[in-house]
Amino acid sequence: MRLSRFFRRGRWDDERARELDSYLHEEIADNLARGMTLDDARRAAHRKLGNPTLIREEIYTMNSLGFLETLWQDLRYGARLLLRNPTFAVVAILTLALGTGANTAIFQLVDAIRLRTLPVEHPEQLVEVRIVKAPNGRTGQFNGRWPMLSYPLYLKIKEQQQAFTDFIAWGSTNFDLATGGEQRHAEAMWVSGDFFGALGVRPSVGRLLSPSDDVEGCAPSAVLGHAFWQREYGGDPSAVGRTILLDGKRVDIIGVTSAQFYGVDVGRSFDIAVPICSRPAFVPNGGGLGKSDVWFLGGLGRLKPGISLEQAGAQLAGLSKGILEATVSSRYTAADAKNYREMELGTRQASAGISGVRRNYGDSLNILLGVTGVVLLIACANLANLMLARATAREREVAVRLAIGASRRRIVRQMLSESLLIAAIGAAAGVLVAQWFSRALVGFISTDSSPLFIDLSLDWRAFAFTAAVAVSACLLFGLAPALKATHTSLGSAMKAGGRGSTDGRERFGIRRALVVLQVGLSLVLVVGALLFARSLRNLTTLDPGFRQDGIFSAALDLRKANIPEAGMAATQDRILERVRAVPGVRNVTQAFTTPVGGNFWNDRIIVGGVQQKDIANFNQVGPGYFTTLGIRLISGRDIDARDTPQSPKVAVVSESFVKKFLGGRDPLGQAFQVEAPVGDPRPAIQIVGVVADTKYTDLREPFTPLAYLAITQDEHPGPFLQMVIRADSVSSAMTTATTRAITDINPAIAIQYQTMREQIDQSLTRERLMATLSAFFGGLALLIATIGLYGVMSYMVGRRRTEIGVRMALGADAGMVVRMIVREAGMLLVAGLVVGAALSFYAARTAAAFLYELKPSDPLTMAMAMATLASVTLLAGWIPARRAARLPPTVALRED
Amino acid sequence: MLQGTLDVLVLKTLALGPAHGHTIAHAIEHRSEDVLQVEHGSLYPALHRLEDRGWIASFWGTSENNRRARYYRLTPKGHSQLEAQTNRWDEIVRAVNRILRPASD
Repeated sequence: MRLSRFFRRGRWDDERARELDSYLHEEIADNLARGMTLDDARRAAHRKLGNPTLIREEIYTMNSLGFLETLWQDLRYGARLLLRNPTFAVVAILTLALGTGANTAIFQLVDAIRLRTLPVEHPEQLVEVRIVKAPNGRTGQFNGRWPMLSYPLYLKIKEQQQAFTDFIAWGSTNFDLATGGEQRHAEAMWVSGDFFGALGVRPSVGRLLSPSDDVEGCAPSAVLGHAFWQREYGGDPSAVGRTILLDGKRVDIIGVTSAQFYGVDVGRSFDIAVPICSRPAFVPNGGGLGKSDVWFLGGLGRLKPGISLEQAGAQLAGLSKGILEATVSSRYTAADAKNYREMELGTRQASAGISGVRRNYGDSLNILLGVTGVVLLIACANLANLMLARATAREREVAVRLAIGASRRRIVRQMLSESLLIAAIGAAAGVLVAQWFSRALVGFISTDSSPLFIDLSLDWRAFAFTAAVAVSACLLFGLAPALKATHTSLGSAMKAGGRGSTDGRERFGIRRALVVLQVGLSLVLVVGALLFARSLRNLTTLDPGFRQDGIFSAALDLRKANIPEAGMAATQDRILERVRAVPGVRNVTQAFTTPVGGNFWNDRIIVGGVQQKDIANFNQVGPGYFTTLGIRLISGRDIDARDTPQSPKVAVVSESFVKKFLGGRDPLGQAFQVEAPVGDPRPAIQIVGVVADTKYTDLREPFTPLAYLAITQDEHPGPFLQMVIRADSVSSAMTTATTRAITDINPAIAIQYQTMREQIDQSLTRERLMATLSAFFGGLALLIATIGLYGVMSYMVGRRRTEIGVRMALGADAGMVVRMIVREAGMLLVAGLVVGAALSFYAARTAAAFLYELKPSDPLTMAMAMATLASVTLLAGWIPARRAARLPPTVALRED
Repeated sequence: MLQGTLDVLVLKTLALGPAHGHTIAHAIEHRSEDVLQVEHGSLYPALHRLEDRGWIASFWGTSENNRRARYYRLTPKGHSQLEAQTNRWDEIVRAVNRILRPASD
């Protein structure tokens, strides 16, 4: 084909038209000469030639670029149609964008947190080593996010193991970067010297830690994370060689890691890595490096070639006995030591790293993935419905075009290209939705004190999958009616829209089924949303036993203040006094931990010489703690000035403590002992007061036995002071005033604030996440389903206008018409609810673990969900019914 | 009509002199003593194809009935094409005949 013809194909076509015209004239002239009448001559000539439009079309396509050309034409035509019907276009595109976007977003998170391997060399060889069997739990002190091993245990395993080429350890911690006053946190890791080498991480500047940096008694040196280096030093290479202030200590910066390495804890990132040997410089008591009951490390091994995860596990299990025997803590009691020896080491797959975030949110994400999957299904059903409606409405147009000679293939392709156009725009919008949405989700879970780091590059596989599902729904349901339309006989199709037709029910069969499906699936989501919301409400409205408003805590770190041990108690008293004098402050007290504050302390106790089976929780508080937190004193007295290091040890206990350990005897005057490490004193502690129960570490747990010891009886107060403050209002002005009062005494004191509200909110992040998102998706599903039902109802009403006109002309009143239409909607609703109720019954059970004081089959929730759906869907049926009933019958009968 | 034979028939018809579409269609029918019924409509795409390949050329002229009509004539390239295709046709006919009427018959 000559290209000039392509560009001049319009003129070319005109010439063909004239040429064919001239043929007809010649033929007619011949026919007339043969003696035919003019009419016969014309008809015969046309019959002889065939369809001139088709011939021209055939030649036209010979001149065109074939597929591309007609595709462009189809797309232009499709775009014109969409612009002419913007509501349809917007609804379809939005449905598609939200359905695919939400799904991709959640899948991205699941992938980033659960599936993706670590960005290190050969991640598939990595296995975690940890205690896999601990029949009676582990005892001791647990620090950091992944406290699986102690340092002596790590060293012993490293020495004896045969399965790994490298065996590395790391632990998490925080450093304060500020010189005093309010703290500025950096996320940090303790790492073994071979950590970076074994993972194959390369420096982007300077060098990384090596085994020679991690030797006993080392001077601390620091490796910076790439993002931290960019943030704090603007990516300046001269940062290496300078020093950084960590918890008030100057530490040399020796290098920066490569950009893609974020550590081995998926969902978290690190700012600074220091060798394990430097821990004594930051943590009192030699950093617990010599103690096998200080758990703060996670261990990772790289398998030797040819050794499997199971073989390594079996080998470790075999070594367990010897390794544990060699590391029993001298501070353990006989019972603790026995428990320790009963434990067993083993391996876990770690190619995707380790992750507390995964452990906390994995199940939530799975449920959300299911939820968004259902949203996608509803969206597909809705799209299908829209496409069906559209294709059916165009039946007559198709018939007309077939009649004037369009080929079936061409028509089908055209309808398909319109669907494709919607699908393409919807999918593109879906990409944006996915990106925005997954970032919003990470923002939701992340907090200042535990920032979340998740690598969220768009997951094309996930997106391709969801987009493919939605696009197929679009195409399938756009195509099926198109195919059907091209196969119906022209005559009946052309007549179909004509008067007198009542449109039989079977015509709507698929569309009704789709609406029933949408209603049913929406019910599942609405039930889920209500369950999560009501569970969250149960948690936020329960009485935790303490005051939540106007309370904040200030955690003071006095290590940099250089206060001699002898003066510590006096300094702390002065701080408490000064803060008490800050205007707006009502009460000030101190405590080891605050309720739901994340720290906890539990131990076995001995009552009347008998060791108790149940474990008791402990807190250590100053005078006025119960008044400050509004905890009711039931009998006896508060801890007060009488309780000094020299006076007999006292405690205030909770009601549950009395019930559990004292068996109803009058608690006042009774005494108990706390089980202590071998060699430590076990003084008798006298109960001087009883207070009401409070929640301890978690709002979800039942009330537990709790004993409050007197902080004032501490003989050697450490360089930490946790103040609990009740003020008229909790504001930044309040904390600023408090900071001033404290730094007046000593500017090097580091302070960290947290309000009780934040503390409780953070402890409910997962619940709020589930409640918020399921409400959002439930609402979305409801909206889409309503649009679907509304679409079907108004379409049906539109097709039955003539029938309605006849009915009204024959005497039916508006009420009867409305009832008739609403009854139709009602039937679809009831069918949907039945399907939905059965589905939700099964679906809700998967969420049981997330519910607080609520059964998954809660009848009230089900009733509420059904009522919500019923009112919305009936409204969607009522609006078109109203419109139909208002129509004057003459108009309905006259039109079309 | 056999696939592809329409092309060679058009070329042969035009070898006798320029003609317009209507004449070509009737000429083919006529000269085959009405055995070969050309669907007249299908002639035009064929003419277009042949012109595209440069075997025939077209010009506007006046018909016997004094109407403007598009005439086609054979180009030199068309002449050699006609010869080649005629030879090819003979070969095919001989080959088919050898099968349908074996010598022993």
